[in-house]
Formats: sequence, structure tokens, C-alpha cells
Amino acid sequence: MSDAVTALGAMEFSGPAVQVKEAPLRGMITVRGDLSGSAFAGAVRAATGCDMPQPREIVHGGDASVGWMSPDELLLLVPHDSTAAVVADLSRDLAGVHHLAVDVSDARAVLCVEGTGAREVLARLCPADLSPAALGPGELRRTRLAQIPAAFWIDPAGGITLVCFRSVARYTFDVVSDAANAAPVEFLPG
Amino acid sequence: MLILTCPYCGIQCDETELAPGGEAHLTRHGPGSTDEDFETYLFDRANPMGVHFERWRHANGCGKWFLAARCTVTLEVFGTYKAQTTEPPAEIVAAIKARRPEWEAGR
Amino acid sequence: MSIRLEQGGRLIDRNAPLDFTFDTKHFGGFAGDTLASALLANGQTVVNRSYKYHRPRGIMASGPEEPNALVGLGQGARFEPDQRATTTELFDGLAAMSQNAWPSLGFDMMAVNQWFSSMMPAGFYYKTFIWPRPFWKHVYEPIIRDAAASGLPPKEADADRYEHFYAFVDLLIVGGGIAGLQAALTAGQTGARVLLIEQTAHWGGRAPVDGAEIDGKLADVWISETLAVLAAMENVSLRSRCMGAGVYDHGYALGYERLTDHAPQVAGPRHRLWRIRAKQIVTATGAIERPLSFAGNDVPGVMLASAVRDYVVNFGVAPGHRTVVVTNNDDAYRTALALIDAGLEVPVVIDARDRNDGPLAREVMRRGVQVELGAAVMKVKGSKRVEGVMLCRANGTGGAGALVECDSVAMSGGWSPVVHLYSHCGGKLLWSEDHAHFYPDPSRPPLGADGLGFVRCAGIAAGAMGTRSVLADATAAALAAASAAGHTGAATPPVADDAEETPMTPVWIMPQQALPELRAKMFLDFQNDVKVSDVQLAAQEGFESVEHAKRYTTLGMANDQGKLSNINGLAILADSRGEKIPQVGTTTFRPPYQPISFGSIAGEARGEIFQPLRRTPMHDWHETQGAYWEPVGHWRRPYCYPKQGESHDAAVAREVLATRNSLGLLDASTLGKIVVKGPDAGRFLDMLYTNMMSTLKAGKCRYGLMCSENGFLSDDGVVARIDEETFLCHTTSGGADRIHGWMEDWLQCEWWDWKVYVANVTEQWGQIAVVGPNARKLLEKLGGLDVSKAALPFMGWVEGELAGVPVRVYRISFSGELSYEIAVSAGQAMALWSKLLVAGWEFGITPYGTEALHIMRAEKGFIMIGDETDGTVIPQDLGLGWAISKKKDDYLGKRAQQRSHMTDPNRWKLVGLETLDGSVLPDGAYAVGEGYNANGQRNTIGRVTSTYHSPTLGRGIAMGLVHHGPDRMGEVIRFAKVDGALIDARIVSPVFHDPDGEKQDV
Repeated sequence: MSDAVTALGAMEFSGPAVQVKEAPLRGMITVRGDLSGSAFAGAVRAATGCDMPQPREIVHGGDASVGWMSPDELLLLVPHDSTAAVVADLSRDLAGVHHLAVDVSDARAVLCVEGTGAREVLARLCPADLSPAALGPGELRRTRLAQIPAAFWIDPAGGITLVCFRSVARYTFDVVSDAANAAPVEFLPG
Repeated sequence: MLILTCPYCGIQCDETELAPGGEAHLTRHGPGSTDEDFETYLFDRANPMGVHFERWRHANGCGKWFLAARCTVTLEVFGTYKAQTTEPPAEIVAAIKARRPEWEAGR
Repeated sequence: MSIRLEQGGRLIDRNAPLDFTFDTKHFGGFAGDTLASALLANGQTVVNRSYKYHRPRGIMASGPEEPNALVGLGQGARFEPDQRATTTELFDGLAAMSQNAWPSLGFDMMAVNQWFSSMMPAGFYYKTFIWPRPFWKHVYEPIIRDAAASGLPPKEADADRYEHFYAFVDLLIVGGGIAGLQAALTAGQTGARVLLIEQTAHWGGRAPVDGAEIDGKLADVWISETLAVLAAMENVSLRSRCMGAGVYDHGYALGYERLTDHAPQVAGPRHRLWRIRAKQIVTATGAIERPLSFAGNDVPGVMLASAVRDYVVNFGVAPGHRTVVVTNNDDAYRTALALIDAGLEVPVVIDARDRNDGPLAREVMRRGVQVELGAAVMKVKGSKRVEGVMLCRANGTGGAGALVECDSVAMSGGWSPVVHLYSHCGGKLLWSEDHAHFYPDPSRPPLGADGLGFVRCAGIAAGAMGTRSVLADATAAALAAASAAGHTGAATPPVADDAEETPMTPVWIMPQQALPELRAKMFLDFQNDVKVSDVQLAAQEGFESVEHAKRYTTLGMANDQGKLSNINGLAILADSRGEKIPQVGTTTFRPPYQPISFGSIAGEARGEIFQPLRRTPMHDWHETQGAYWEPVGHWRRPYCYPKQGESHDAAVAREVLATRNSLGLLDASTLGKIVVKGPDAGRFLDMLYTNMMSTLKAGKCRYGLMCSENGFLSDDGVVARIDEETFLCHTTSGGADRIHGWMEDWLQCEWWDWKVYVANVTEQWGQIAVVGPNARKLLEKLGGLDVSKAALPFMGWVEGELAGVPVRVYRISFSGELSYEIAVSAGQAMALWSKLLVAGWEFGITPYGTEALHIMRAEKGFIMIGDETDGTVIPQDLGLGWAISKKKDDYLGKRAQQRSHMTDPNRWKLVGLETLDGSVLPDGAYAVGEGYNANGQRNTIGRVTSTYHSPTLGRGIAMGLVHHGPDRMGEVIRFAKVDGALIDARIVSPVFHDPDGEKQDV
């Protein structure tokens, strides 16, 4: 697995108030099932150390995160080299429970959008309320970004992590960089 | 540019987050059905001026299909609800009745 | 002649002179000028020629309602036609060009049209150019378009950038006059999130020009104090140069912010389109003054009275030395006073009312100005410039008027609230008899998602006239809107006095009994050259509905959208029909309020990011190899890899032959891949596919077809069973998202109790097809998996490693050759691709593109979704009956395929086609049959669905759907080319190459 590469080779862009860069390899696992089942919470906790997220929540813990994607779908973020092991653990812990756990690390690309204008960069592209009152840390927002679906959340450190499909990684990087290549709108707080 | 609230994730969706799916509560007719029933299933669609039930998918979001009760004239939304039902739930019917007392369920 | 005054001009900075050009001539202006004020300051009274008659036209207004002063701005890639001089802020180096005049503004050849104006009434074009019909397209239309053209389209791609911005607020307030400011202040104090937008660069609107006093202060002082308070409120955002362009469903509104139009040297986007979701919207958009309809009201120098006042007070510009004021209301008296204050002459105020002893009239008379009551303008003297007006009685026919010499006319027909935004989304209007205008009916507002109103108007836009009323109304509207948005509060409006005014009297034509000769010179719509006589003619000819009369006469159809003309036109129409104005009703108000740039609508979606471009893991490699791209959905796939100097056809042929003879390599990553898992997965796939998937053994693959409930073939692909509960479904490249959505639809909405989960893993995997007689040798050379026939037979799959890379290998073939499709995680796909290329060198490994893929599948008679299918084709048409299970009670599409038309033996069916001369049939060509149809066209008996030159066979091959085709093997039928020539082709089996499938199963 050592020669795996990300979609954009850590591409970067710096705008007046925002930096955009591709994140390093990250393990990502789609897990589908009855999230209310007790087996599920246990298996997810065992695999990630994270509690089960509430709707639209992303829970961070240690080197893993668990995001709520839909009523029967989670996104697990784990260290890249542990992905296969986590999928195997989940499959073992959930044996006999109807579920689907699949590695999607390579199906996605992750961008970090950082700087005082980060919220306004996404507000140029997404029909979502990006004000701190509407989107605080801990919420995973799935929405449209320009012409593609995307998901993002405010990191504990204040930046925004943005996830999109791999094939449109370059498009996403380009539209986000284009939006970042402008002075702040000064409508949303930094 | 409608706003419809996804009953699964609670987002007040901008219309551009959604994909439309036509009329709700159709009954599927498969092999063994009469020509009339099958034709109704495939082609016969309500086109009311007023209360209408329709399918939407939160395509740029949680991915779930949901149903909406909406007035096609004023665009008032009486409610949205989960797709796992064959008819509008009682609270949706009540919400419609509250706003459109003259409306009768059924086509 | 218009001039710059020695003093005055609250918006200009006389210490900041600017240089600009108009029709290449250099002029001077000041910072703070609009292009219109600067042109007037330079005595440029004629700025345009009218659309139809090419009459000379001057500046009439001072804002967005201006009908005449449209210019082309900028040059080259920054040229833009039809820009309003009145809303264009002057900057140093501005370059404007007049429009619609040739060879020059002063001498316009097309001005001959005006001499024939009596021969060009409403509907002239419709009536005149009907016959002969072919002439319309080739003769009349080009000439008329040339003659009537206004601005020229830009020739170069727009060099500027644009952006969108999504904003969510409790309250959007449109209009930064005193009403908007007071509304923002009031709402802001309730804690609501407020966005206040103003279309001009200045706050406060008309109040300072009109001399209003608020809280005992001059309006300018109150405005700057209020702005300071608002600026300090964190929950209030202020945007000037940002127009409320439109109001749409459920609180959606567009704001059009012009960021750099006034300062082109500033970097960054030129326009920002605000896509606003507001819980409540307050429109404080003010009012627009109406012109009066008298003969010659379009002569340069005739202006709206409010505009005359604006130019004097705001810009220190006098539209003329001697200005006659003509009015039916008291407001125009303020213009007379402003002119006198500026030291200019007002020879007479012509007031159509019989009595006026109000304070404004008394003050004007006290200043020594003659006021003629019950009077009218019979006509304006002059053509390129006002030379005087003929005075007559208001209720007469005109007759012989008395001449008053002047060089400018200030007219006022009353004020109409700007109700556009209120009306965009369905708000209804009421007619005010007192003010002769439409105003918003607060009981019938536009309705939001909750069925309650979400737009209210404030100030003059709501019909509140006078400073005190405006501020009180704005306060109340803001409190109500904030409360509806969940924020309550209380506020007291500032103190102000409403000047006592004598009621206005509606005056729709002047004089009332004007003779036809005069009516034919009274312009209603200045931009489209629609006159009183045109609307009267339209009514006479039966175009009585306001929407019909509008289209017949083009009243209000120019790019000012009838801001000045609509009410006056309606009144004429109502009068012609003998009805009252509210019975006639208005035409529909549509967004945008003023034209907005296409760039702002497109936003970021231009150039490289016009639309998402999907890239496979090997995309960059293809690019470096000079691949010729083919768009497949949003993907780009190599069509072929032409070498230096090689034609595409030659490249494709080389790729096909290399693959057939030795070894080809295809990037198949775009293939859709969907995991379907659960105890009911087999049952689910049995419903989705026409064939039986539940019986597939783990480790095996099966080709399957999917149909819509209409029975039509919608997608195909190979399904691999991974384990007892898990399948991997391959879809077409363009079909992955659609089929994934289709699966979710059935699982969520119909069979929600079935235990199945699906996941679209298309992009998790790179997929590489290794194809050709040497394919196995190559994989064996890489080392790892056992890929022998025994270990990995045709239609099987295995998992393992190749050259140390974890892979899943499918033994499937879309070419008829020995073929392995290798799935490798996307992050390692390029690495494996490189290893295959290096190891394949000795076999002459040849990457091939989609065209070679298509040819090889056609040589084998494999169908392609989108070629053989078009949404009307069922699997049975394509000889795919073998892939339709007879054992299943049900599958999607099965019931439809039992309908009588679907089982009709006369359906066209798939066959192969070989031209007798070896040439390639045209794609989509129809086979002609006996006789003619009801339209006199040849009957058809078939059509070509795929057609190629086969490098393998050295001749043209094709597939097509032919009436009774499979029963007519060997028969020769004729296909029509586009040029009418016929080409003979023999019906053959669609499998041209290796009919027994020996090559793929080795």
C-alpha cells in the first residue's frame, strides 16, 4: 500500500485570506446499517474509539472520526494504513448483523480550507448557511458545492475539511481556489 | 427555488440540493396486472391546481428520498415526510386540512 | 444647452477631475459623476437614436428608469452594450460609444424612418412583411434586425471574473433610501440578522435632494448618523452598489453587486450575485416619476422633473438655462425651486390642474415664476434640442398655442411606487385614485413555504407619500417583518413633517382632446418608440388584453421593461376600452429589475471550471500521451492516442490491430461499480436485471440487462458475485450515478423492508483492461496471481496481487479477445498502469481509446447502451432474449414487455449490415422501403445504430434495427445518405468477428 497516491499530490493554493490544500492520505470507510442497534455503537467504538454521532454530527476522537452521513450511513475516518484492518474488525464485530462496510478511501479526495475567509469561500459555492450560528464545529454538512455533491465540517482547530469524490478532486480544488482568489466579502465572520 | 425540509437529516434544503421524482404514492403494478392498472401506474399522473404529493431526493445531501405535500398554486408546503409509507400520514393530512378545509384525500 | 454650474453638486468632488471619451471625443467630469451627469455637464444633449424611428434622444432620467441613454462601454474583451449612462459611475478613462446611429449621432441615415413614421404604426412589421413567406427569413428579418439593432454584441469572451455568494438572513431590506435605512435600524434593534442593499453608491435616496428634514436635522445629517449606527451593529450588513434584482419562491432573492464597474483597476470579481434566502423581505424601493404624454415629449432636453432636480442638486449640472416645468402634481414645484436656487430661469410652470394654492405653488410664485393653471404643453418645438414649448389649455384639442422659448422641459406626471420586487413572486396590487398609481396590496403578498406573506413594502414603495409617512411606514414594516422572522421589538419613527400638497390630477394625454396629429408625436415608450396613437390603434384592432397590446405594440418590452411607459400606456388602453385602469390591470413584472450581466449569472462556471470534469487515476498520463479526448458524461476518456502526424482514423486502426494481434491496454476506470449487499441482495438484483442473478455462484461473473418500468433497455454490465451476500454490479460509464440512484429509489420507496445496502464505489477503483492474445503472458510476467485458464476461467474473477499490488481480476471481454479487467484501488492504479506498460513493451503493448473499444465490440456484435438503445428499444429487439429469464415472475420492465406493442412481430430488430461496396454506412441512416407515408416521405424499414470501418476486416461494418431483420439474412436493402444518394447493404449476422467466441475463451 506504500505507493498509494492522493488524487492531487498535495496541491496547494493561497488566496488573500484563505489557503487551500489537499490533505494527505486518509482511511475512509462507508458503513451502512441500523445505527440505532447496540451492536453498531459497540463495533464503531471498538473500531474508532468514537461514540455514535447524532444526526449531522461528526465525532472526533484520537486519530479517528465518525461522521453521520444519513440515517443508515456513517463515514469513518481512520489512519490510512489501518483501513483494511478496521474494515475487517467491523465485519467481525458485526457478523450476523445486516450491514455494509466498504473501504472508500480512494473514492474520495479531502481538501483543507483554512484562513479567516474559509467560511466565505464555501458560501460562494454552496447553498448552505455557513454562519457560525448555523454551522458550528461538530456538524457534518452535506450539500452541493458548485455543480457537485460535497461534505464538509469545521475542524476543532477552525479550518474546514472538505470531502468530495476523487474524480472531481481537481474540479473541486479549482472552484474552491477560484472562490478563494478574491477579497473577503465581509458578510460572515472569519 | 423551493425550500423543502428533509425529514431524514433535518436540513432545510435549497431546491438545488434536491432531485425531483414526480408524483408520490403510486401503486406498482407488475406482471399479472390488467392493462388499465398498468397504464395507470406507468402514465396516469395527477396534475392538480392545489394540493399535490410528490417525491424528492436529497441528492446533494443525505441521499434519501422523501415525500412532500405541497400546493402547486401558492407553493405552500404542508409538510414533508419519509418515503416508507403508501399514503400520506395522518399529521400531514391534518396539516393540509388545517390550511385547505375543502380538500379531500384521494384523487 | 446643458452645462456644469459654478457651484453645487453634493455628490461630486470638483477637486477630482476625470477624463472620459464618448464616441472617441474626450470630455471632462468629476469623481461622483454618473456618465449621464458628465455628458450633460459637457452639453451632450443627444446621446442616442431611437430604436425604430432613429429619432435623436437625450437623457431623460437620473436612475435605472432611463430609457434613452444606453451606450456601449469598454473595449475588446471588456466591451458591453446597452449600459445605462444614468447608472454608470464615471471613472478616469471611461470609454463610451453611442449606439443605434450610423454614421454618427448627429447625422443618422436611418433617421429617414421618422419621416415615414405615420406609415409604421403598431404591428407594422407583422402586417407588412408576411408575404412572400420565404422572404421573412432571408430578406426582411436581416434588414429589420440591422435597422432596429441597438447595442452590438461583444465579439470577444468576457475577460472579467464573477462570483456568487449565498447569504442567509432574517430580513433582506432592498433600497437604502430613508425608508430602507429606518427599516434596517428598526429591525436591527430587534436583533434580527439584516442585510440592507442599495443599488446606487449613495445612501439616503431622494430625501436630501427633496430637502427633507428628519428629527430636526437635514436629511444628509440624519442619513450619515443612521449609517454610523447601522455600521456598528454586528447583525446588520450594508451593501451599496447592490441591486435587488429579483424575488423568487420561498424567500429567495437575488442581489446584484457591482464591485469594480466604477473602479476597473481594482482586482477581483467584477460582479457578485447574491443568492439570498431571507425569512422576510422588505422592499423600500421608492417610486419612479412618470412622464407626461404631450407631442414632442421625446425631444432631447425634455426630462423628468425629478431628474432635473437631481442633476442640479447632486451633480451641479443644469439641463438647460431656461426650463419650463410642466406637471399635474406639486412635487415638480420643488424642481422649479431648485432651478431658481441655482440661479437658472424658469419662465413658466404649466400645471394641468385648475387650482393650486398650496405652499409650494405659492413659494414658486413668490419667487416671481409665472404659474399657468389648467394649462398644457401642446407640443415641443425643436428636433435635436428643445427650442420652446407651445402652451395651450389642458382640456382642449391643442389648437394654436402660445410659444414659450426655453431649452429644457421638466415634466412630472406623478409618481409610481416601485412594486416590481413585490410583484415578481405573486404579490398583488391596488389602484390609488388619489395618486393615480398602483401600490402593493398588503393583504395579498407573495406567499412563502408556510403559506404566509414574506414580502412587505416600506415607504413610498408601499404608497406612503411624504417624509413622515415614509418613516412611520418603514418602522412599522420593519417591526412586522422582524416579528414574522422571530424577532420582536418596539420603535418610534423619527419626527418629520409632510409638506402640505395640493392633490394631483391624473393627466394621461396633454391636452386632453389632442388631435391625432399630436397623438402621433406623444411617446409612451421612448426606448421602443411606442406612441399614444399606437396603443389606441392596438385597442381598435382588438388587442384589448394588456398582455396582447403590449406584445403588439412592444410597449414596455425594451430593456427598461417599461419603467416609464407602463402606467401611461395602461391608462391609454383603458381609456380606449372605456374602462378603468385597475380593470385593465398591469402586465407581469418579471425579474431582473434591471438587466444583470450574464457573467454574474454564470458565476464561477466559466472556462476550465464551466462544468465538473471527471478524471480517472490515469488522466494525466493520457494527457501527456496526447490523447484525443471524448466526453463521456462528465468524464474525459481518450478516444485514441494519435502519434505525431497520425490521423485519428489511423490511430484507431493501429490500436485495434495491435490489440487483436498482440496486446492492448484500456483505462476502463469510468465503468460504474456498485456494491450490493445483504440477505436480500440476490432477490433485489433479480428484480433489477432481466436475467437471474441470484443463481450466480461466488467467484463468477454474469452479463446482465436493466430495463425501466417501461420495458426499455436502460443499462447493461457485468455482475460479479463476491460472496453469498455481496454482489458487485458494473454499469456503463455514464450510468453509474443514475443506476445507483435507481437502486436507492427502489430500496427506499418500494421494497424498504428488504435487507439490502448498496454503495457506489465507482471511484474507489481504477480499472484496467488488458486485452489481446498476449494478455495472459503479460500478467504472468508481472507475477502474483495465477491467471491460467484453469485458475481463472472465462467469466470468473479472483482476488490477489499482481506485481505486488492488491487487485481483483475479472475474466470478462468486451472485445472478443482474451481479456482481463483488473480492478486496483484508485491510489495505486497509475502505478500498476505503468508496470503494465513497462512489462508489455516486448509485446508491443498499445493503449487504446474508446473508438477502438467501440469498433472491437461492434465487430463482435456487442450492443452499446446509447447506440443500439435510445429509450425506445427493448432487449427483445436486440436479440438479447437469452438474457431475459423466463423463470422469474417479475422484474422491472417485465410487465411492460408484455404490452401488445412490445410483442408486436413488426418491431425492428437488430442485424448486422455490410455495404456491398465495403464503404461505411452513415450513422443513423434510414433504410427506405416501398411507398410513401402521409407526409409524402419515403417509408422507412430500418436504421443504422452503429457503424464503423473495421480495421480487422478491412471494410465497413454496421449494426442496425430492421423490420423483420433477423428473418431477412442475405437480403440487400437500401440506406439513404443525407445527400439523397442510396447505398446498398446486405443483412448479415451482427457478429462479424470470431462468431464462435473461441478467442476470448482460451
